[in-house]
Amino acid sequence: MSHISISNNETIPLSSIPELDYPAFLEQNILSLKNSAGSHCVNYYGIPWNDNVRLICCIANDELSSINISSALVETGKPFNTFSKQNPAFEKFEREIHENFGIQYTDHPWLKPVRYPFNRYNKNENITDYPFFSIDSEELHEVGVGPIHAGIIEPGHFRFICNGEQILHLEIQLGYQHRGIEQLFIEKKKLLQRATLAENIAGDSVAGHTVAFTNLWESMCNYQPGRDLQLSRTLALELERIAVHTGNLSAMCTDIAYQLGSAVYGRLRTPIINFFQRWCGNRLAKGLIRAGKTNFPLTNELAAELTTLLNAYERDFEEISEELFNLPSALARFEKTGVLTREQAENLGTVGISARMSALERDIRYSHPHDLYRELNHQLLLKNHGDVHSRARLRKREIDQSIAYIRTLIQSIPGAGTQSVQLASPSPNSFTLSLVEGWRGEICHAAVTGENGELIHYKIKDPSFHNWMGLALAVRNNEISDFPICNKSFDLSYCGHDL
Amino acid sequence: MTSFILILLASIFFTGIVNRVKSITSGRKGPGILQPVKDVIRLFKKKPIYSKTTSFVFQVAPGIYFASVIMAIMIIPLGELKGIISFDGDFVFFAYILGIGKFFNIIGALDTGSSFEGMGASREALFSMFAEPAFFILMGSFALLTNHSSFQEIFTSMHFGSSITYVLGVLATIVLVMIALVENSRMPFDDPKTHLELTMVHEVMVLDNSGFDLGLISLATNLKFAMYGALIANLYMGNFPLYLTIPIFLGIQFMFAISVGILESFTARFRMNRNPQYILVLSSVSLLIFLGVLLVLGEFR
Repeated sequence: MSHISISNNETIPLSSIPELDYPAFLEQNILSLKNSAGSHCVNYYGIPWNDNVRLICCIANDELSSINISSALVETGKPFNTFSKQNPAFEKFEREIHENFGIQYTDHPWLKPVRYPFNRYNKNENITDYPFFSIDSEELHEVGVGPIHAGIIEPGHFRFICNGEQILHLEIQLGYQHRGIEQLFIEKKKLLQRATLAENIAGDSVAGHTVAFTNLWESMCNYQPGRDLQLSRTLALELERIAVHTGNLSAMCTDIAYQLGSAVYGRLRTPIINFFQRWCGNRLAKGLIRAGKTNFPLTNELAAELTTLLNAYERDFEEISEELFNLPSALARFEKTGVLTREQAENLGTVGISARMSALERDIRYSHPHDLYRELNHQLLLKNHGDVHSRARLRKREIDQSIAYIRTLIQSIPGAGTQSVQLASPSPNSFTLSLVEGWRGEICHAAVTGENGELIHYKIKDPSFHNWMGLALAVRNNEISDFPICNKSFDLSYCGHDL
Repeated sequence: MTSFILILLASIFFTGIVNRVKSITSGRKGPGILQPVKDVIRLFKKKPIYSKTTSFVFQVAPGIYFASVIMAIMIIPLGELKGIISFDGDFVFFAYILGIGKFFNIIGALDTGSSFEGMGASREALFSMFAEPAFFILMGSFALLTNHSSFQEIFTSMHFGSSITYVLGVLATIVLVMIALVENSRMPFDDPKTHLELTMVHEVMVLDNSGFDLGLISLATNLKFAMYGALIANLYMGNFPLYLTIPIFLGIQFMFAISVGILESFTARFRMNRNPQYILVLSSVSLLIFLGVLLVLGEFR
């Protein structure tokens, strides 16, 4: 066997991951992606290994609900052929490996820096002299936006090359938010510190990233969470999905200057996040999810409150959605704007709504279920056009689906069954991978432990890592004035990407 | 003089009423009616800041823009009462004095060298260019109908006697309202509330203006709105006495502000490339008016 198949949240000894030589490693992973339509790369990264680098490639097989792990040991100085040449989805992963370890790829399209980490290989590269693509032409003009955002969101630089009002090319430069989170996971030794770090990877995906970390940690400590813990995690994920999708619909209405939608969706988001506040004292669900225990058990009173809240929410939500999706002026802005074709989405390996909008079946809840998703029998929601309208419409339908799931979940609340136990220390010399479908798409956390069970490597992949390029392609040939609505409909994370 | 004072008065409340309607329809309490005026007063107390890349053009542009709007307002009559300036063909002067103001606004924006402001300026120039024929066909038709060529004479001698002239009045109102929305960069052509530089038209042109200059521009915008409202009100005044024209004037201004507020609350902005198309439709509506005028005059035999 040249790879090992694991299931989501399974811990395996590090030695069981086969180590191939690089050409075989390349061929095997490219072939496995080519041969099976339901396969996609969930993570590909390097670990410093003595003086060399151990590359680990994780390919998820959606049909078999398995993840194939393989690895190769490479020397930093040597030139290698790229995965990207044969599968563009690897483009950013290889840029990251190049940036961190200085591995020289021979046929990569452009080894641009990703996020300028502090311990990058080439310290002479600085964020101020990022190599932008440019075109020499009398007719074309460049528009640079950022890195300081005019509104309240995060920093990132967008450079458009336009022909009049039409966008020919968009390049997105990120990295301004880099905080060295992966390194901090290793430096901070306490579990609480690490859980807090996971909560702060991306402020809008607190539940998503924390569930990924918690599931991974519990699997490494060989701890099986009780039903009450699983319930609260699943519930938190679905509530977060409702809250963020609603807020996003509001923001999309703001961008097309549809005031009614903006106001009503904006108001609807508040009761949902306020429920988190009631439940765990934080509107973003920080502090709710902890490995091996819960500080805030879900009581029957809370569940009753949630039911009333959802009933009130649903009535207004359906009414305003009826208005929005039948309003000609709104549809004129949504439809056929920012199209990402199925082929493009597949090539880039987009995830989450950015994949499902183009009929690409990517959903961890369906393909690699964890927690109570195993019982919910999740049905995929798909759209075909890949435009702004598909993304907006999918959000609406996912909210409906989440409401239904929550109602099913809170029908029976298990008592606070879980006793707070001291978790065992993680198993030594092992590897664990955790996949979670956050509201934005698939979140992947992977960890490696050393001799004494201490964490020696931690890798985080936010869905935005795949999807930013999707945005850059989707806006091509659109009007520059439609960029904000395209950007908002993808709703990607800056800090999740920059880590 | 009366019309000048009335327009100044209406401009104090106009933008405030629009904003208030928008806040009520979205379920918010919203700012007071006088907030836009307070903002202008606040800005007047501040010193403008000029970027090193700009030249004197950028500094004089807001002043000229403001002056052009004041000049244009002086031309507007109130029923029987002439404006401060009134002569044959003053409607042409009206259109081009506003044009001068707009021209300075545009080169002021280009002077900053910002890529955003360049985009905004080119959009503004394009949209005004498309709106211009509509205004001239409209006023030209009325001049033909009444055999006069100054605002005051045209409006007082227009009598809505036959059913066709009523139709003309309604069409003219539509054209003037739409021109007012284009010229003031309001929805559905432009979103005055947006924070997105890439989608703005007017707002992006004044991004670099600050302090007193920005106050002048905001004030001119408020005045311009009331000015177009006054023009619409004049359509319906004819030669009524003063105790009727003043209530008509205020009533129409009020209704105009409320309809702008409602329009901005319940629709989305147009896609930018649909704007020229839509503005050109105004010219064809104006042509309909022209056709109607020919009918009234019995030119078709």
